[in-house]
Amino acid sequence: MTLLADKPAAVADTGPRRAPYWTMRRRDELAGWLMVAPQLAGIVAFVIVPLGLVVWYSLHEWNVLAGTFDFVGGANYEQLASDPRLGPALRATGIFSAGLVVLNLSLALFLAVLLNQKLRGTVVFRTLFFSPVVVTLVAWTIVWGFLLQDNGGVNAFLDLLGIDGPNWLRGSTTAMISVIVVQLFKGVGLNMVLFLAALQGVPAELYEAARIDGASAWARFRQVTLPLISPTILLTSILTIVGSLQVFAQIAVLTQGGPGTSTTVLVYYLYQQAFQFHHFGYGATLSLLLFVIVLALTVLQWRMRKRWVFHES
Amino acid sequence: MSRRSKLVVYAVLLVCCVPFVFPTWWMATTSLKPVSEIFAFPPSLWPKDATLDAYRQVFELQPFGQQYLNSLYIAVVVTAGTLVVSSLAGYAFARIPFRGAGVVFVVVLAGLLVPNEVTIIPLYRMFDGLGLVNTHWPLILIPVLGAPSVLATFIMRQFFITLPRELEEAGRVDGLGRLGLFWRVALPLAKPAIGAVSIFTFLHSWNLFLEPIVFLSSKDKFTIPQALTQYVDAYGGAMWNVQLAAATLSALPVLIVFVLAQRQFVEGLAQTGLKG
Repeated sequence: MTLLADKPAAVADTGPRRAPYWTMRRRDELAGWLMVAPQLAGIVAFVIVPLGLVVWYSLHEWNVLAGTFDFVGGANYEQLASDPRLGPALRATGIFSAGLVVLNLSLALFLAVLLNQKLRGTVVFRTLFFSPVVVTLVAWTIVWGFLLQDNGGVNAFLDLLGIDGPNWLRGSTTAMISVIVVQLFKGVGLNMVLFLAALQGVPAELYEAARIDGASAWARFRQVTLPLISPTILLTSILTIVGSLQVFAQIAVLTQGGPGTSTTVLVYYLYQQAFQFHHFGYGATLSLLLFVIVLALTVLQWRMRKRWVFHES
Repeated sequence: MSRRSKLVVYAVLLVCCVPFVFPTWWMATTSLKPVSEIFAFPPSLWPKDATLDAYRQVFELQPFGQQYLNSLYIAVVVTAGTLVVSSLAGYAFARIPFRGAGVVFVVVLAGLLVPNEVTIIPLYRMFDGLGLVNTHWPLILIPVLGAPSVLATFIMRQFFITLPRELEEAGRVDGLGRLGLFWRVALPLAKPAIGAVSIFTFLHSWNLFLEPIVFLSSKDKFTIPQALTQYVDAYGGAMWNVQLAAATLSALPVLIVFVLAQRQFVEGLAQTGLKG
């Protein structure tokens, strides 16, 4: 009823027409801000503020059990510089990341090249290689823990071949190798799929031209394939390195950082300091160190893209 | 390709398959073995006396059904919430020229650079201050609004950018406003991006481990990954058949969905805008 009642009034309004306040531009401004508002608020509340708090906490000695929160200035940073456990933690993190990235990218590329052949049944193999990606991470880790025991499946298999396998998770070198291998087979399927997508984007004519020029299969791979998929290599390497710095569940389930401190990577050490020893201040300092490392590596890889990456779309 | 080289490729592929397929197979078959057979030598690829005893214990030793439901509803709520937040923000960044968009985009992208592990201590303190520790709120709110949803927003944005301008102009002519253009024009076309975001968000939530063990302390609140590590005997030794039965139960539903819809999974994830 009000609509009908309003209408004559609107018609009767004969005054000078004002430009409407809500122009399309203004509506767009409002819509844009409203639509990004939840995400922006979330980033501020759950990323930026916490990041500021990490810096603040790192300047404090905070023992939750004793209920103390005291400003200590640079004491946590001095502890960081003289912490005998930090060196091994950084070393373990470095070995894990380097080992994983090299193995992951080469295996992913190798499998992708094999599956990019015109062969029947490649979809089945692709599915099989990809399947660990969808198995629950901790379930995957548990079954490998079972397989890698002294009397587990891996050694039983080696025994059949006449090899006396080591106690994988109890030796400092083999424990690190085990953790890397478990993570490698879990995640390599994802990179393989990304490489496959990139390989399928390489124009067949380029291979034809190279073949006519008499280039060998290896030369074609080096000079045609690699440059053309270099953007994907860069992205997968960034994702894999950043992901490898975050490894936690596998360590917690397989080795608890041991034997000794051989698999205590930075995130696991940070978890121990904060949530097991309740040293939140020092834990925050370690968090900041992790952030600086992730940031530095990402920036470094991004800078190197000019040299690595053949062309950018 | 010659017959010979084909055979070689097949042989290499078959050998490569072993470490990818065998663990899952071993997990499922061992969970059906009686304890006496678990460490039998030579190892048996198929249980001789199959028993569901371990599966019975999975539910007897802790509230596994409840923990399963916890993981399931958290993953569903997180996936739905992430889709809402990321499609709205992704659309605005891709198609709406609003002042400050560039700065806001950089701020949001910063979320990609900050791993969860870096902020876990302050986030724990914040949720503790709100009295929300040992509830599922942190496991829902942080992924939906915080850093993990940024990748989703980025993927949605990359997708919305590719929509032709004419579509929106046609929508305008039909009298649609911004929300109408988003809801009636852009979103229905975004199914591939929505699929990819759903898959990786669900998997990410289903796999979370550090956050649950930091935030949750009572067994009926636990999520599956956390629950899997709890099957130990009085001496702290792993009860392997029970652990593997629970692990199988956690992996089977996703594996089955994956086998049925593997095209969507693989192509969805390949398409996440990460092609470079």
